[in-house]
Amino acid sequence: MSTIAAPIATERRSSPRLRARLQDWLPRLVLAPSFLLVLVFVYGFNLWTLFLSFTSSKAFASTKLVGWANYQKLWNWTFEWDPPSGWYTALVNMGIFGGLYVTFCLVLGLTLAILLDQKIRGEGILRPIYLYPLALSFIVTGTAWKLFLDPRIGLEKAVHDWGWTSFHFDWVVNPRMMIYCVAIAGIWQTSGFVMAMFLAGLRGVDGEILKAAQIDGASAFQTYRRIIIPMMRPVFFSALVVLAHMAIKSYDLVLSVTGKNPGGAAELPSTFMYSYTFTRNQMAVGSTSAVIMLMTIAAIMVPYIYSELKEKPQ
Amino acid sequence: MSAGDLVTSAPGREPARHSLTTRIVIYGLLTLFAFIYLIPLVVMVMTSLKPLDEVTGGNMFALPQRLTVEPWIKAWGEARIGVSDTAGINGYFFNSVKMVVPAVLISTLLGALNGFVLTKWHFPGHKIVFGMMLFACFIPFQSVIIPMAVILGGLGDIGRSLHDATGYSFGFGNPTVNLVIVHVVYGLGFTTLFFRNYYELFPTELIKAAMIDGARFFQIFRRILLPNSTPIFIVTVIYQFTNIWNDFLFGSTFAAGDQAPMTVALNNLVNTSTGVVEYNVNMAAAIIAAAPTLLVYIVGGRYFVRGLMAGAVKG
Repeated sequence: MSTIAAPIATERRSSPRLRARLQDWLPRLVLAPSFLLVLVFVYGFNLWTLFLSFTSSKAFASTKLVGWANYQKLWNWTFEWDPPSGWYTALVNMGIFGGLYVTFCLVLGLTLAILLDQKIRGEGILRPIYLYPLALSFIVTGTAWKLFLDPRIGLEKAVHDWGWTSFHFDWVVNPRMMIYCVAIAGIWQTSGFVMAMFLAGLRGVDGEILKAAQIDGASAFQTYRRIIIPMMRPVFFSALVVLAHMAIKSYDLVLSVTGKNPGGAAELPSTFMYSYTFTRNQMAVGSTSAVIMLMTIAAIMVPYIYSELKEKPQ
Repeated sequence: MSAGDLVTSAPGREPARHSLTTRIVIYGLLTLFAFIYLIPLVVMVMTSLKPLDEVTGGNMFALPQRLTVEPWIKAWGEARIGVSDTAGINGYFFNSVKMVVPAVLISTLLGALNGFVLTKWHFPGHKIVFGMMLFACFIPFQSVIIPMAVILGGLGDIGRSLHDATGYSFGFGNPTVNLVIVHVVYGLGFTTLFFRNYYELFPTELIKAAMIDGARFFQIFRRILLPNSTPIFIVTVIYQFTNIWNDFLFGSTFAAGDQAPMTVALNNLVNTSTGVVEYNVNMAAAIIAAAPTLLVYIVGGRYFVRGLMAGAVKG
């Protein structure tokens, strides 16, 4: 029974029992629609997608079961690298993009946070500058970076104008290098967020510890290396989880930086799923890749959520 | 104090003592990074204020020689988006507004009620219910998008039958309504999380006292919780507004053509393969698309950061 609602039921002697019971159930009735929506639209739909991944669905959903055939197909594509299958490209790009995105966001985020935490003047101006890209949509970010890196009018041309005429930087229009540009734009967008997470962590460090270290004659560098950075482990872990799941979900950024992902050069599992489902009419293959994405994210998020909820004393 | 406040408030620690050289290096690095973060926005703004020949012929870092607002006027009212007949992005801008306002309000209000129930009216299994709603925040939308398309297609069929029978479709099959539904459903996890973490710290004694005075569920919510929830409402509204305004995946899947939201229209405008690429018009459109969320960020930056931190589950 509800822990707080209990007194109500006994207090309310005069009112009819039915009303009291309704009051008792009211909190659950209020929560029910939301929970039901999540149950159907999240868990039901995930199961539905899982089911589709075992069917032979093409342009329309079919109920004809084909067992593990779609998973087998993706498994075989995983090793088909000459010429590369779309799935192989998606996985390789995921590794490149995810690795760069997570690493650089963490390194940049921690560096900026430590620099900002040195009692500097003008923090109130600098901090919002590092954070504002987060307010932008990935489409806007992509549009800006696509222009910035465009060799015809962007960085390459500007450097040529300044006199360094042999400078060459055409990654954003070079199919083999596009994914690196997606990573650059992604890091630019998200590193401020990681900075904010680390800054909150640093600000939570007990001043006494630092004083003690100072008295012991530890240099600032030593204090950070030996004491403060190891204390940031929980923040580091949170940031890692959040970044990894964002990397897997990245979709808009690829399309906007590369200009609708020409020839699938910057394919990621997210774009692979979309193109197989909605343009190539292979819904079953699309569903299979969606299930793989979901499983990967679940493997990262479920233990994290579990540990976060468990820590809190009730 | 929440993690977000730790970021924005001054620490109560001893100042770090550094030599002059170290300080110069620190300031130098911080300024360099500030420059890197700002430069794409600066280039965007400058490009949008230049005539096209100056964009294609000149240096992108150069200040505009002939300032013009022509690209902005063109982006807002004249530019052709994809194959659509409507001119300019203004229509899409209002599509986004019509979608964002109800979606934010509904999901925030539901989140507040859910947070209230989950913290102050414990029932068996409340932790599992919350855990399940929380995981919903993080799923890749690819794993729900096919069933969603089927269901929304079904709603469209109902709308057509209703229209044939009564002359009205009652919102069934309307792309904006569809997007509101989608954003409310997939925003619930976050809004519930925000309010749950906030109400967890709200003194239960106050609620118990009110109950002894005979107040009931909704009275307590309206009279006691709501008046004390302003900060978390601001955080949640800003978070939801930013996320929904910036969404692209759902918008591009469920609202095609004239009904598309702003992000989709921007992407179509920038990536049209026909004709001359009008970079200046594209950049003006991109800034217009970014303006609402940037404005919210400038006005409510503190709350924006708090939302971000809470969205990383840490409460």
